[in-house]
Amino acid sequence: MNFFHFIAQNHGQVLELTLEHLWLVGVSTLLAVLIGIPLGILIAHWPRWNKPVLATANVIQTIPSLALFGFLLPVPWLGDRAERLAILALTLYALLPLIRNTYTGIRGVDPAVVEAGRGMGLTDLQLLLKVELPLALSVILSGVRVAVVISVGLATIAAAIGAGGLGELIFRGLAMVNNQLILAGAIPAAGLALLADFGLGWVEKRLRPR
Amino acid sequence: MRRCPVNLVCLAAMERDASNGPAIEFRDVTYDLPSGQRILASLNLKIQRGEILVLLGRSGSGKTTTLKLINRLLSPSGGEIFVEGKAAGAEDVVRLRRRIGYVIQEIGLFPHYTVERNIGLVPGIEGWPQEKIRARALELLRMVGLDAQLASRYPHQLSGGQRQRVGVARALAADPQILLMDEPFGALDPLTRDELQREFLSLQLRLHKTVVFVTHDLNEALRLGSRIALMEAGKLVTLLSPADFLRSDDPLAAAYVRAFGSGLDAAAHRGA
Repeated sequence: MNFFHFIAQNHGQVLELTLEHLWLVGVSTLLAVLIGIPLGILIAHWPRWNKPVLATANVIQTIPSLALFGFLLPVPWLGDRAERLAILALTLYALLPLIRNTYTGIRGVDPAVVEAGRGMGLTDLQLLLKVELPLALSVILSGVRVAVVISVGLATIAAAIGAGGLGELIFRGLAMVNNQLILAGAIPAAGLALLADFGLGWVEKRLRPR
Repeated sequence: MRRCPVNLVCLAAMERDASNGPAIEFRDVTYDLPSGQRILASLNLKIQRGEILVLLGRSGSGKTTTLKLINRLLSPSGGEIFVEGKAAGAEDVVRLRRRIGYVIQEIGLFPHYTVERNIGLVPGIEGWPQEKIRARALELLRMVGLDAQLASRYPHQLSGGQRQRVGVARALAADPQILLMDEPFGALDPLTRDELQREFLSLQLRLHKTVVFVTHDLNEALRLGSRIALMEAGKLVTLLSPADFLRSDDPLAAAYVRAFGSGLDAAAHRGA
């Protein structure tokens, strides 16, 4: 009961940190979508880029998050504000699921459909926009979903470099050995992850081709 | 080059050539895979306007390759292909394809579009007004023997035969003069196939398209073809009318006829 008491007393601060958290996740996901989907399209059509692009995204994924935040600190401009750093790091982590799912989704389109479209005289761009992307959409969206859920979790660690978000409550709680503080950060973060997962899952199901 | 006393006469003659000449012509066309393997060896073939030319052969004989060279899904390694008098390589490939209908065995309907949008896609891209596209889609559905109610259905809600009818309707949407068909009825059950072949013939009587039809089924070739081009291992073996094909002493053609008859023979003998 103490936990709810704490939340009730500090709801303003929890809400502010939640919004900060959402901002970090939202901006980084948007950037990752803008970079990752075109990269996925690229490697689906030019297989020679497949290995280098996916390998790079994979390597980024293996860097421990705390280390990545640390690595980026000395970078000029970026290092000026922790928020920028956090957004960059989260974007890098979100790239792999986006690139891979875009690639898988486009490669998964029935070759007969693509051949028919090409034979009918669709240009490459028309084929991409009218056939390939719509048919790959639900797979791409499930990549966005994975990326968002990962980001919500990772963004808590961004507090370690002072980027704000719900991680701040968690780190403060750890330092003060205060379970209520830890829970006040962890529970809303978990809630956000579940909500994003559920919401995007619902959209994905609606968009799945028949 | 033709020599003419007066330029106008010459122009008239050239115009006549363009309209009376073959719809499609292969001149010494070869096709090699990037690995160097020869798929098609110096093919020479003239396909006349309004005929149904059947490319008959087993898998790997080069018949599908021949078909895809016409709408440039493949580019020849050597030689030239003329479509309606124009060198196919000289024309914008997208424009060329929109003048040529293309039907494949797997059909390849767009699963996320209704039947009507599938049929209307190319006319839509070509900028036809919405009303005209809709009218055309309904006209085509009637033409291929489908109920207008199916216009709002999705491909997965149709039977195999209905889907292939939509495939044919889609290929005819922008009223191309040439139709390429790659074993379009191959995956259908025999009764549905029979029905579609019959209807296709009666449709052709009205439309007079130039049709290039790929099949490995002699029955289908005899039934639909104006002429049959028999292919084997990347070469055109012989080019015959269906009646001549049955009488041909070419060993491969004779082998086809024998194989074709053996099923009936066997059944007749078992009965005796």
